[in-house]
Amino acid sequence: MHTVIRNGRLIDPANRRDETADIYIAAGRIAAIGAAPAGFSVQKEIEARGRWVLPGLVDLRAHLREPGQKHKGSIASETRAAAAGGITTLCCAPDTSPVIDTVAVVELIRRRASDAGMAHVLPLAALTPGLAGEQISEMHALQQAGCVAVSNGKTPMANTLVLRRAMEYAAGLDIPVLLYAEDPWLGASGCVHEGVVSTRLGLPGIPACAEVIAVGRDLLLIEQTGVRAHFSQLSSARAVELVAAAQQRGVPVTADVSAHQLYLTEMDVGQFNSLCHVRPPLRSQRDRDGLRAALSEGVISAVCSDHQPHDTDAKLAPFPATEPGISALETLLPLALRLVEENVLPLHEAIGRVTWQPANILGLSAGTLSLGTRADICIVDPERYWTVSAKNLVSRGKNTPFTGWELKGKVTHTLLDGKLVYENAH
Amino acid sequence: MPANLQLDANGNLRHFLTVEGLKRQTLTDILDLAESFATVDAQSVKKVPLLRGKTIANLFFESSTRTRTTFELAAKRLSADVLNINIQTSATSKGESLLDMLHNLEAMHCDMFVVRHADSGAAHFIARHVAPHVSVVNAGDGRHAHPTQGMLDMFTIRRHKGPDFGALRVAIVGDIMHSRVARSQIHALNILGVGELRAIAPKTLVPPEASALGVHVFHDMARGLKDVDVVIMLRLQRERMQGALIPSGSEFYQLYGLDTDMLAHAKPDAIVMHPGPINRGIEIDSAVADGEQSVILEQVSNGIAVRMAVMSMCLGRGPEAAGEGS
Repeated sequence: MHTVIRNGRLIDPANRRDETADIYIAAGRIAAIGAAPAGFSVQKEIEARGRWVLPGLVDLRAHLREPGQKHKGSIASETRAAAAGGITTLCCAPDTSPVIDTVAVVELIRRRASDAGMAHVLPLAALTPGLAGEQISEMHALQQAGCVAVSNGKTPMANTLVLRRAMEYAAGLDIPVLLYAEDPWLGASGCVHEGVVSTRLGLPGIPACAEVIAVGRDLLLIEQTGVRAHFSQLSSARAVELVAAAQQRGVPVTADVSAHQLYLTEMDVGQFNSLCHVRPPLRSQRDRDGLRAALSEGVISAVCSDHQPHDTDAKLAPFPATEPGISALETLLPLALRLVEENVLPLHEAIGRVTWQPANILGLSAGTLSLGTRADICIVDPERYWTVSAKNLVSRGKNTPFTGWELKGKVTHTLLDGKLVYENAH
Repeated sequence: MPANLQLDANGNLRHFLTVEGLKRQTLTDILDLAESFATVDAQSVKKVPLLRGKTIANLFFESSTRTRTTFELAAKRLSADVLNINIQTSATSKGESLLDMLHNLEAMHCDMFVVRHADSGAAHFIARHVAPHVSVVNAGDGRHAHPTQGMLDMFTIRRHKGPDFGALRVAIVGDIMHSRVARSQIHALNILGVGELRAIAPKTLVPPEASALGVHVFHDMARGLKDVDVVIMLRLQRERMQGALIPSGSEFYQLYGLDTDMLAHAKPDAIVMHPGPINRGIEIDSAVADGEQSVILEQVSNGIAVRMAVMSMCLGRGPEAAGEGS
């Protein structure tokens, strides 16, 4: 199949490319930019005048709910949502049921993903079997089966000795470790940030120090073990300060943030809005500003969705009894682009934070428009406004606190390995 | 979603979920109406026909004797029909969802749900999802609010100390962290313009941003009680003695228990309140609980008048209607 995308503005931050040009795709790969390569006979033509042609997005964490929770979403339904959001590569979290701690589960996920054919799904292997924090998982076998990193999901690692062993073992195999930082005791009973809102609403809080203490401990172990480590979904200003200081000392550590943490704060919980029930919790304005500053300074190098689709009932209960999480694949790109309008990041950096930079964290060949690479491409109408609503979301999960927000920037086409997997030209 | 879920388009009470965000006038209306009902209590015929034909369901997902009983009495004195639903034995324990159960009760033409639930936000959740003709009164949700208790405490204070809250110094003592009663009292006192509001407790039992609620925090009981007009004691739940919040009941009593010596730091005419049920020898000495300055039993009887007022107002039978009836 020979496909050409004509007249679009190609923005490829990894290659410092920003120009209006045609891009030629053959055999699922990017064959040429500018002039057609020899022997290219156009079979499909996509007109992209006035649109941006970007590398397909790379998302470091999404919950696809399969296996185990198909009433919330499936690999097919959620990768279709990813395609609608311009995401072509995503890491699926290990806390499926059963947990991603055996080769069989990895193979199941990869097979379902390849049957669906909507996105490259990269499983994250459990750091410990069953996420129980007691043993270390068969990281080598899981890596061979296709896992790109190890992670204990959102189950905190209470036992420091096991964590140290796991890091040492991963360091020996050069497998990156993704860490969710939460002190298991300080965070145990809470459902919102411990602060003004938890006090007012009488909701049990999770103090910021639950995250900061875990980051501090983990940084010391990262330094000692030399493992390639990455903090997922940081939520507090103080924690990113610790990460920044470690980076300055040369510790091999990176960090990401969920897009919603850059826009919402504890105040958005308002009168018990369960759509704002997330983990880590939405924190204070000061924390949000600290995250934004860390993002613009490059301390945080990726923005992820932390997509968690839910059935309606999961959010229909008194606040503490609801399940945390936001359906977020389809708002990732417009929220990243909005950072440009709000002067947090220049355009190329905003795009970099959701493309080549997350890919780079895991050493993946993705998130660029380099010649010869897989043609994973997202075409965006940068001027199109759309309102977030249940009706407009492809994901099975309609649970988003951004419902009613008017966002700018809509994906019009998504190509995976050169094949059109999503189109919404109007 | 409306700015204030508990008000209708004209600013009248539709639900009573929390004291927070209400106007001073609304609180004063509740207190005034309760005052008119308090005289009904003293009559030999204790009923008024204000809510005749209305059906009120008491939904208690958490056990309670005092609050449920006073709500039931209040409803009966307003001539409403009352349905007590014992949730422990009802359908939600058979897997029926909370919402399914509510919709079934709506279908039986209930006009009001009086709800107690262990989760903060439960009353808001229910109010958000009930049919438009149903009012919700919060009888206590988690640690969040217990607004009728807060209002009956204001009623009791006003009866003893007069309507000028600005002249009063009030201290709330004990487990403020886990107390829905304290949160409702704090909002009510601040809305009514209290002169000074103090919270006295060990740091482990004070929420982290208590000052944002408008209280001065004291960890020393004697200093905190100095020259106060009203002392409100809170119940210390037994389970707080686990979880490293306090070392023991006896140490808590030593530091924060109210006995006659400790009470001497307050003004000589200070009143002592407690939402009940009291733990004698844990937070309060019997000599104080049963002493001259105690108004604890009055609080219980005032609870009926205040709940009558709140129920009438939520069902559109506010001060004007009550006036016609008398």
